[in-house]
Amino acid sequence: MRAELAGRIVAPIAVGVLLVAVWIGLDAAEVLPRAVPSPVLIGEEFVDKFGIILGHALITGGNALLGLVIGAILGIVLAALAAGIRIVDWMAAPVIAALAVIPIVALTPVFNNMYGASVQTGRILIAAIAAFIPVTINVLRGLRRATPVQRDLFLASAATGPQTFRKLTLPTAIPYLLTGLRIASSLAVISALVAEYFGGPADGLGTSIATYAKSGRAGLAWAFVGAAILVGLVFFLVTVLVERIVARRLPV
Amino acid sequence: MNRFATRNPPERASVPAVRIAGLDKVFGKRRQEVRALAGVDLEVAAGEFVSLIGPSGCGKSTLMRIIADLEQPSTGTVEVFGKTARQARLDQDYGIAFQQAGLLPWRSVVQNIALPLELHGVAYHERQRRAEELAGLVGLGDFTDHHPDQLSGGMQQRVAIARALAEHPRLLLMDEPFGALDEMTRERMQTELARIAAETGAAVVFVTHSIPEAVYLSDRVVVMSPRPGRITEVLDVPFGDDRPDLLRESPEFFERVTAVREALHGNPVVRAEEV
Repeated sequence: MRAELAGRIVAPIAVGVLLVAVWIGLDAAEVLPRAVPSPVLIGEEFVDKFGIILGHALITGGNALLGLVIGAILGIVLAALAAGIRIVDWMAAPVIAALAVIPIVALTPVFNNMYGASVQTGRILIAAIAAFIPVTINVLRGLRRATPVQRDLFLASAATGPQTFRKLTLPTAIPYLLTGLRIASSLAVISALVAEYFGGPADGLGTSIATYAKSGRAGLAWAFVGAAILVGLVFFLVTVLVERIVARRLPV
Repeated sequence: MNRFATRNPPERASVPAVRIAGLDKVFGKRRQEVRALAGVDLEVAAGEFVSLIGPSGCGKSTLMRIIADLEQPSTGTVEVFGKTARQARLDQDYGIAFQQAGLLPWRSVVQNIALPLELHGVAYHERQRRAEELAGLVGLGDFTDHHPDQLSGGMQQRVAIARALAEHPRLLLMDEPFGALDEMTRERMQTELARIAAETGAAVVFVTHSIPEAVYLSDRVVVMSPRPGRITEVLDVPFGDDRPDLLRESPEFFERVTAVREALHGNPVVRAEEV
């Protein structure tokens, strides 16, 4: 057990160290293109400009978080309505399907046009729509997951509608909600970041990556890429942690 | 213990647990119409153990579900302890168990057993006490804090039976509760159900497709035929209330099994020469 645990921690670290070592080696041999600087340079830029990077990370992360919260709330509400009222389900299904297939970030110019290019609203909306889809689909699935036997049992026990919802439908759906949130959290970060490439205010990680990559400061551009990865990881890990905590109380 | 006294108290004997008259059940509409039940009349006395047996599609589960008010009859009347089936359901006059245990996986054994009590507003300590008592009754006293995924199929089914007993019902409705269990577990559960039914004095309507199971457990076996489902025969099983495991080996037992089998097939069964 202990050896396995150690292995699971050591193995990925070893891979990371190996990759960085190879990278440094390739850089020393001067076979890498100019746009891919040494990891040492990237690290230096990251430390030097940490204050600025953090500022931009908070903007992108803030957009993603706000979008995630809005999208999740809308998704839960719509899923609850669709689960309870069949006509809502029929009306919502094609909309969700359409939203799921179009590249949502491509709508950014439209939103920037609507709200003006100087506010974050467009980016937040993009993140919200991206988060909304997996939350809706998963919650809707979860709300329908109680088995016919369980439903019969509640009916036979003369349970009221609200009781059945609170003690059967909702607890059954919670793990599905958490799965939806886990998927949505990564999507929200990616969407908020990529949306920055399509205009809007001159801040955020995506904007910075584009700016510095274009102006030849590859090291700094990569430092921002690293920050984007960290923001994505934070979102992912927090939702995984919440899932773990709740799953311990709800062993499904 | 004098099982007879608890199972047939004289003051209750006058009101039957279940009275069904002229019952028809039709599913679907027009051309896809399926007559699930036709002209069913049945009375189950208080404290009586009645099995419904028949091939798949004979409507035995539907009949039980109509008694439970989970389905509505197309025509005919259903009374449970002299009330409508709906009123009996709302008053919690029956407990129910299905082929699948239908436990809530996020609840412990005790919490699952206590669910009906919780739904009816019984105070925490009272329902906890009752649930622990019932866990003991079905032989799960050491597993009260386990969760369903830690239990075998037979143990899960015991939890479902304990849950059905939570409200002290005078009627138990059981839809093939042992159908998914292996033969050994099944026989042990039958023995325990016979004991529990005796101890609680509840009437039981028991749906099964196992002939020995029906004969071992029942005071009467109701044989049904499919398409449309009707009652073809009702056989008494006069073994009294004390039914030891050894009963399964006795010639009288096999005689009743044969009788039920013949009723099911609609003609005498040709048997190999008896030893």
